[in-house]
Amino acid sequence: MSKLLVSPSPHIHADVSTKSLMRDVVIALMPAVIASVVFYGWGELLVLGVSVASCVLLEYLITRYLLKKTSTVGDFSAVVTGLLLAMNLPATTPWWVVLIGAAFAIGVAKLTFGGLGQNVFNPAIAGRVFLLVSFPTYMTHWEVPQGLFGVDAISGATPLGIIKEGLMQGGSVPELMAQHGLSYTQMLYANLGGSAGEVCALALVAGFLYLLARRVVKPWITLSIVCTVAILTTAFSLADPTRFTGPAFNLLSGGMLLGACFMATDYVTSPMSNLGGIIFGIGIGLLTVIIRYFGAYPEGMSFAILIMNATVPLLNRWFHQKKFGRA
Amino acid sequence: MATRTFSIGGVHPKDAKISRGCAIEPLPLPPTVYISMSQHIGAPAKPLVAVGDKVKVGQPVAEPGGFVSAFIHSSVSGTVKSIGPRKDLAGNPQTCIEIAVEGDEWMEGIDTSDTLVTTIDDDNKAVLEKIRLAGVVGLGGATFPTHVKLSPPPGKTCEMLIINGCECEPYLTSDFRTLLEKGEQVVVGAAILKQVLHVDKAVIGIEDNKPEAIKHVRSIIKEFQKISSKYAGISVMPLMKKYPEGGEKQLIDAVMHRQVRSGGLPIDVGAVVQNVATALAVYDAVQKNKPIVDNSVTVTGECFPKQANLLVRVGTPLQYIIDYLGGVPADAVKVISGGPMMGKAIANLDAATVKGTSALLFLRADQTVRGQESQCIRCGRCADACPMGLEPFLLNKLAKNADMEQLEANAIQDCIECGCCLYSCPANIPLLDRIRIAKGQVLGIIRARNAKK
Repeated sequence: MSKLLVSPSPHIHADVSTKSLMRDVVIALMPAVIASVVFYGWGELLVLGVSVASCVLLEYLITRYLLKKTSTVGDFSAVVTGLLLAMNLPATTPWWVVLIGAAFAIGVAKLTFGGLGQNVFNPAIAGRVFLLVSFPTYMTHWEVPQGLFGVDAISGATPLGIIKEGLMQGGSVPELMAQHGLSYTQMLYANLGGSAGEVCALALVAGFLYLLARRVVKPWITLSIVCTVAILTTAFSLADPTRFTGPAFNLLSGGMLLGACFMATDYVTSPMSNLGGIIFGIGIGLLTVIIRYFGAYPEGMSFAILIMNATVPLLNRWFHQKKFGRA
Repeated sequence: MATRTFSIGGVHPKDAKISRGCAIEPLPLPPTVYISMSQHIGAPAKPLVAVGDKVKVGQPVAEPGGFVSAFIHSSVSGTVKSIGPRKDLAGNPQTCIEIAVEGDEWMEGIDTSDTLVTTIDDDNKAVLEKIRLAGVVGLGGATFPTHVKLSPPPGKTCEMLIINGCECEPYLTSDFRTLLEKGEQVVVGAAILKQVLHVDKAVIGIEDNKPEAIKHVRSIIKEFQKISSKYAGISVMPLMKKYPEGGEKQLIDAVMHRQVRSGGLPIDVGAVVQNVATALAVYDAVQKNKPIVDNSVTVTGECFPKQANLLVRVGTPLQYIIDYLGGVPADAVKVISGGPMMGKAIANLDAATVKGTSALLFLRADQTVRGQESQCIRCGRCADACPMGLEPFLLNKLAKNADMEQLEANAIQDCIECGCCLYSCPANIPLLDRIRIAKGQVLGIIRARNAKK
């Protein structure tokens, strides 16, 4: 040894990097990804493949040639965005619609703001909502899952869509549930119309538990969303069970679990402090319930998360960590 | 066993105590020692000897240069060769006394035997004076003169003495070995400190990754309590392994559930904290008339072939210690004085040890070279890790913008520089580097403002 390396402390580093964290999120999404391919068949695999490939490619091309910076593809964050976007789309979405969604998510929502860490809105949700308002026919054309090797898929509405439509035509919740054969146990395992990420509650929860065990995310945001939705929907459904769906239905349907476990917990677009995170979660839960019960859309999770994303800078200003010796 | 710990933040680095089985062995005397005049916080000591003087082991060679300062003693017998500036481990010149070693002759009155002395003098004034004359300083890292810490300002009373046996830094094992091999002396030292501070309770805090030490010290206390009432109220408290448990404020929080106010002192919440090695130095000073002339140094690292705990005379050149154990390994890129979280990287191996030298740690490139800095992903890991409840990501941003007002409002001055933020940042942002510099600037502004009043 000729020269000594001299640098300030600390001299060691935890075994963690942006890449390792993003890789953990990819791993955590795998149970739901596999479940969705099994339930929806090869069409789903195509949507996933196109979404991930275009997100990664676009991030590379834009950072490298448009922004002329070092490419940030290696950090796996584009893979996460690609997976989450695909899981928010129906398996029947044409490949070019997926591509447009990916271009909006990566090009507009992420890189226009300065890339990973700088974006105000969750790129995958921004991409999904952009497609929802631009291509509503494709985006509401859900498929009743028939399995990887099953018969031809029958298209139909999601449970949330069925209830919304039925209520508007003067039906009541219990009638509609019975009429369409919706049961909670079924919802827990899947087999309902919806996007990939909505299909299997158990797979999503398993992935989320992995993230918690690896200490990639903290539980507060997810818990506050789930609790808020549970409390509000219990109150409403007790008050009028014919007009309002109950907590189990709301927690297991639509993008609730995907959103609460994987989208609202996105580091960049959620508050830094625990208390801020809890307020953020309450906001998402509240807005979702309001949109589902009283809005025009059957599903409110995406809009709720995007709206609360915009409040994060304020929440970060108002809520701080508890400081030592300054009580 | 539910163990206590501090309430905010903290990290869990691999403890890597690979030298825990190495008993403390004396290092052979070096041919020359270089005794620094700046071995403590506060004013440098003033030399009492001249070139050509003959000195003995334990003879005072420098006196305190101010109120917060300490005596320094010759660690060897021999002849004073020179007094002048010499580079310390960072390469900064410090006044040093160079002594050529001749034999090993100790001052009269120093008890060099191993006989354990458990009877404690009742005259607190005399005890305190002995501690002062022996040049005892805090050996946990800060090297604050112990006699100053033992004299609480008027109006403040101490309720509990805490002996810091956490040794929460990875790799270090010298305090652990001291507890195992000189546990009796440490307990007597704790009893002396307890008596001087007029407190009924003394707690020895030890992290639960050292169960042997916890068991050993507990049995010693039990034995001693049978002999004398002076050992009543001393107990061992196992603490959950978490870095930085041994930080003074964190340790008080863990043991007493009290938080020292920002800018305050431990005595404000009724606590005085002393390190295990300091308790041993107090025992030596009071019971054996032996000033600080040597201390235990852990020499370790995965790339270092021979792990060791050495009893090293103060002022021994680092290179001499390393050569004794076989030289710097080829794949080591960094040598650290102290632990990997708060230790200082050594620029100059010709530098000599000081009273507070606790370890020499060798790290390979793959263990210590920092990764490429990338953009903050706002994960909040730094804020979760900060044991002071600060928000390093915010302080980093404010420091880049040199916003001194906001830096102070966000408590940058409370930073204890433990390194948890940088350790846990996935984007390899040099958080502590920037915070340390900005903290210095903010403290300067606060001092200037207070001076005006």
